Amino acid sequence: MQLLLKPFVLLGRGGVSFAAGIGRWGVLTADTFRALRHVDVWLRLLIPQMARVGVDSVPIALFIALFTGIVLALQASYTFTGAIPLYFVGVLVGKTMMLELGPVLTGLALSGRVGANIAAEIGTMRVTEQIDALETLAYPPLAYLVVPRALAGIIMFPVVTALAIGMGIVAGWITAIQLLDMSSADFFNGLTLFFLPFDVTYAMIKATSFGFIVTTIGCFFGFHTQGGAEGVGDSTTRAVVASSMAILVLNAFWAIVLL
Amino acid sequence: MGIIIRDLHKSFGSKVVLDGFSVEARDGETLVILGGSGSGKSVTLKHVVGLLTPDAGEVEVDGEVVTTLKQEGLFALRRKVGYVFQFAALFDSMTLAENVAMGLRRKSDLDEEGIAERVDECLRLVDLEGYGDRAPSELSGGQRKRAGIARAIATRPQYLLYDEPTTGLDPVTRAMIDQLILRMSDELGVTGIVITHDMDSAFRVADRFAMLHNGRCRFQGSPDEIRASQDPVVRGFIEGRPELLEKES
Repeated sequence: MQLLLKPFVLLGRGGVSFAAGIGRWGVLTADTFRALRHVDVWLRLLIPQMARVGVDSVPIALFIALFTGIVLALQASYTFTGAIPLYFVGVLVGKTMMLELGPVLTGLALSGRVGANIAAEIGTMRVTEQIDALETLAYPPLAYLVVPRALAGIIMFPVVTALAIGMGIVAGWITAIQLLDMSSADFFNGLTLFFLPFDVTYAMIKATSFGFIVTTIGCFFGFHTQGGAEGVGDSTTRAVVASSMAILVLNAFWAIVLL
Repeated sequence: MGIIIRDLHKSFGSKVVLDGFSVEARDGETLVILGGSGSGKSVTLKHVVGLLTPDAGEVEVDGEVVTTLKQEGLFALRRKVGYVFQFAALFDSMTLAENVAMGLRRKSDLDEEGIAERVDECLRLVDLEGYGDRAPSELSGGQRKRAGIARAIATRPQYLLYDEPTTGLDPVTRAMIDQLILRMSDELGVTGIVITHDMDSAFRVADRFAMLHNGRCRFQGSPDEIRASQDPVVRGFIEGRPELLEKES
């Protein structure tokens, strides 16, 4: 009987642990909002964090977008041949990059790069007592560590996403005129055909929320790191997995709410 | 007004670390807290600056009850207290000079020139003059410890807490750090709590001793009193005789 119940017990414990984790992340987020009042602590750290979170992430985001744009154009052409006018390649590349792949792929790539980096850095600070040292020097740790990172994520994820969307579209355009039997006029005709200014707003809303979620989850797991190097590794993995899952959930949430 | 620890209780899960520990560091004196590894000495120090919250009991620093202070009150209190961490806890993304300047930027009204002068002065005090541009990863263990002390004393605190300041150091560096602790007490009137296993160092710096055993204060008294103590636990510890401690437990 006990053996039969074991999966349910494990499932129950997992559920409770998951709910508790979300609750603790919520508390950290609320405390981070309160820590915004320590402007003198976080303001001078914001620009360096924007460079680390945003500028340093541009190459990987552009790399992913470049190949995504190429594949999108080729797959659209493969799917449409004979049935739909080829200028719809521009529609598909533009809409898909803007509404879905630009924000989501950039978010996922940055959850690995930025989220892991934040969790490892703060986790190491936790296990080497550097966070305790910050407190003894009268620095509020959330204002010093979380606020600049979260703000940098909120500001820079949309910027990096916009660049990635641009790169994806340019890659799709070059692919269309070089590898497919299309002119630039056809491609841009398709690109603008169903374009709505809201598409950009939608992409930026998603990117902003991804920036917030990736950075705060990285900080959360970093702050709750225990033990030594193994604990830091564990926190880093958890941060990447949790923020990737959160991005996919948020992506569906925005589609349900905004589309 | 000193530091008063009253009936402190702290457990982590089912492990009871402090079980009614009480001790007092009087104004201007250096109190050395002795105790075996894992006896709760570092946990006690962390309660003094509010890094940990006790399950029961209270800590009073400079007339203020730490356990009742809100965040702003804690920050104000921490401006008066310097903390030397066991493994220095230097910020590894900063240079040594930036580490020492951290507290000054937050705790003092000095301008950049004043901060630079104070940083140089503190590095000179711990014999690290000219090391300001180095990263913590470029320092030896002893140099890191001394850098941690420089950071703690930079703001000229009224109270200094030392978490095993001489553990793992060579005899010369140990003696140097002991002299520094004495200087802080004698010249600046700093009230200090030192936790250590190092008996030579303890006898050099202590005005009074306390011994933490099984979560409680086993002994409190002067260096002469601890030398004369007949308590087997105290004797076992200061003479390094485990058989006396085993008999007791």
